[in-house]
Amino acid sequence: MKLTLKVWRQNGANEPGRFETHQVEADEHMSFLEMMDVLNEGLLAEKKTPIAFEHDCREGICGSCNMVINGRPHGPNSGTTTCQLHMRYFKDGETITIEPWRAKSFPIIKDLVVDRTSFDRIIQAGGYISVNTGQAQDGNSIAIEKDLAGQAFDAATCIGCGACVAACPNGSAMLFTAAKIAHLGLLPQGEVEHKTRVQSMVNQMDEEGFGACSNTAACEADCPKEISITNIAMMNRAYMGSVLGSQK
Amino acid sequence: MALNANEPKGNLDEKWTKYRSTMNLVAPNNKRRIEVIVVGTGLAGAAAAATLAELGYKVKCFTFHDSPRRAHSIAAQGGINAAKNYQNDGDSVYRLFYDTIKGGDYRSRESNVHRLAEVSRNIIDQAVAQGVPFAREYGGLLANRSFGGVQVSRTFYARGQTGQQLLLGAYQSLSRQISLGNVEMFNRHEMLDLVKIDGKARGIIARNLLTGKLERFGAHSVVLASGGYGNVFYLSTNAMGSNVTAAWRAVKRGAYMANPCYTQIHPTCIPVSGEYQSKLTLMSESLRNDGRVWVPKMKEDVMAIREGKKTGNDIPEGDRDYYLERRYPAFGNLVPRDVASRAAKIACDEGHGVNKTGLAVFLDFSSAIIRYGTSAAHSQNIHNPSAAKIKELGTEVIAAKYGNLFEMYEKITGENPYILPMKIYPAVHYTMGGLWVDYNLETNVPGLFAAGEANFSDHGANRLGASALMQGLADGYFVLPYTIGQFLSNEIRTPKISTDAPEFAEAEKNTKDKLEKILSIKGNHTVESFHRRLGKIMWEYCGMSRNAEGLKKARQMVRDLRAEFWSDVFVPGTAEEFNPELEKAGRVADFLEMGETMILDALDRNESCGGHFREEYKSPEGEAKRNDEDYAYVSAWEWDDTEPILHKEELKFENVELKTRSYK
Repeated sequence: MKLTLKVWRQNGANEPGRFETHQVEADEHMSFLEMMDVLNEGLLAEKKTPIAFEHDCREGICGSCNMVINGRPHGPNSGTTTCQLHMRYFKDGETITIEPWRAKSFPIIKDLVVDRTSFDRIIQAGGYISVNTGQAQDGNSIAIEKDLAGQAFDAATCIGCGACVAACPNGSAMLFTAAKIAHLGLLPQGEVEHKTRVQSMVNQMDEEGFGACSNTAACEADCPKEISITNIAMMNRAYMGSVLGSQK
Repeated sequence: MALNANEPKGNLDEKWTKYRSTMNLVAPNNKRRIEVIVVGTGLAGAAAAATLAELGYKVKCFTFHDSPRRAHSIAAQGGINAAKNYQNDGDSVYRLFYDTIKGGDYRSRESNVHRLAEVSRNIIDQAVAQGVPFAREYGGLLANRSFGGVQVSRTFYARGQTGQQLLLGAYQSLSRQISLGNVEMFNRHEMLDLVKIDGKARGIIARNLLTGKLERFGAHSVVLASGGYGNVFYLSTNAMGSNVTAAWRAVKRGAYMANPCYTQIHPTCIPVSGEYQSKLTLMSESLRNDGRVWVPKMKEDVMAIREGKKTGNDIPEGDRDYYLERRYPAFGNLVPRDVASRAAKIACDEGHGVNKTGLAVFLDFSSAIIRYGTSAAHSQNIHNPSAAKIKELGTEVIAAKYGNLFEMYEKITGENPYILPMKIYPAVHYTMGGLWVDYNLETNVPGLFAAGEANFSDHGANRLGASALMQGLADGYFVLPYTIGQFLSNEIRTPKISTDAPEFAEAEKNTKDKLEKILSIKGNHTVESFHRRLGKIMWEYCGMSRNAEGLKKARQMVRDLRAEFWSDVFVPGTAEEFNPELEKAGRVADFLEMGETMILDALDRNESCGGHFREEYKSPEGEAKRNDEDYAYVSAWEWDDTEPILHKEELKFENVELKTRSYK
């Protein structure tokens, strides 16, 4: 299949960016990133600089890949990362637009590569349970309801890719932050620090310049792990509770 | 040099506890000024960095990723073993120890493996305390499942994402130490050289991948937890960025590479679909519980399938060769990974492969669907169910067990595995070899330690399923933070390591020269093309089966390819900027040398064991034939560009009897 790609090129956060148009010959069995590899091999053959993009595991779990494809983070398929998207979902002759995540708190490094260290700092602000190695009691000493463990797991599947921020008209990191707060807060081990965790993580999120939530639910729609916005509701409730001094 | 493993004396089951209680300690006031560098943030690296910081050391931690959470441990699917015996099925520390030694085909060190089995229990406790959402039973207690051939149920899991959840646990502990100021984290920094002062590891040279700047970092000790070398083969289930560079640069500074020929080829991966492919995807081993492996008996059927005129479903039962069930009636489709992989290769080599490339076999769930469907109909009181009803009910059961894997398969291949049999083929998955370490996880370079897949220590010639996560976390949380004290307790009078030392300047210049050399070639071929060619040589001659003649030929081919690389590679841009092609070039340069070492090791080992199968050494039935008399040793290679030097550590088996593995 023959495709026309309009790819965003930019040398750094403070440089002007532009779309560059390329033609590429792809196979329908290729993944989207393999198609990008083919394009880059072609550029290198012409001694040109390849398009910089982030990728690593290519099995949808490391959270590295991040392309806005035809206006949607990770492309048209729901529950799918860019690396798991395959060319059979595109038509021969189609024009595809490829852009980086666009958000104030994710400055562009080069082309499609952005800086997502703000996510690390949100976790560092309290996205953990304070337990040192060796302090743990026997794993089976706390029984946890199967359904509750399942809910915590669903929130914990976040891969930290940042699609939620890229999808949000406000560039909000509420889904990312809420997912970690829910994962830890739902479990008895994490309940002890729940109040302080919610406050410090939300404060850090604001400090990083992420926007507010206006309930468009675009984050949920584009989350490759299909994490639910009910986590945001839980976070908001917990935040209010912690500020006003009540329990959860 | 004779290699001394520094194993403690005493009975096997009390070596570690006694040793741990008598090891030298570093007082808290001294820990505060002792610095440790940790390279890598996977399970072993993140766990070690967090734990060392909790103990009071000053830690500098490095990853080439944009965040420590991206390390490839995150992709592990199946689970983590631990000798908890929660299922009351007779598991014990000894049984896990024994299974691991036997599974490794008697090529690992008894004392290390026993320690691994002991601390496996603590890992589960620690992970639960961190909030890792393991699977649970209705009563709220931890669930287990069976894995890879062992006869007890000791694998803990978090759906198909156990590696992700364990890594996030370690990442969160690391994040806490970063926020407390105990760990200084360097993202997007790649270690490119090891700095030795008076023979001891005292620092690294790292390249800031954003600016291209070479930076010097000093410390009293250096820990490498930088993963395995599976990407030597180009196509593997490793992440695209997984590389051997940190470990290999240490080898260039005198560290020994142990057992490099031991690589694990996983039998159930999605086959290669085209030349453009750069990465293979694993389908969990658990599928072999219900999937039957087969190829068509007749070549006409094979051709018809390749041409798309027939599908697997069109081949009648009598024309199918369920070759694992035929060859290994006792274990059938559940033989260990190395055996299953070789059998698939033989079927395809004989011309029975079922896709365009001829390199795929069927993994068929239709029998299981009928079996489960019939049973479900019975339990639902449906009398005389139609074939369609049975299929429907059976499909539901299979979906509940393997739904996410079937979905992933369909996403990648575009075929529905509930209807058509899956096509699978073996792929490189894990490397048992790695830096040689003693009982303390210290390499032969004093002060240089290696943890996780980066070392060779626990899996012998073949790793059992669900043991990689166990080893990475055992090393990181429970072994290295203690054993490193044996070295550091003698360093309390050593002042802060100054990066103004001439050794740092020399290492920085060495790195700079190498980068500039690569950029100055301005040849005609991409880094990727060299990597792909290396992978093909390695897969062909040093893959699932090897022979002396092929290995000798391959060594020359790899050396020629290396010479070609250094005269004809093309890398755009400069060294003073964000330049992913330059990063890749450095890694491929190291793979070229590592590949040669693997070939040499495979050539030296005149026996077949675990993942290393030499065609000359097999039983009349074609099974692997070990030679315990001459080859019960760990090979440790000292790099030399013309003729690498082999050192040996003899393995002593005092607690287990060496037996031939049989799955017939």
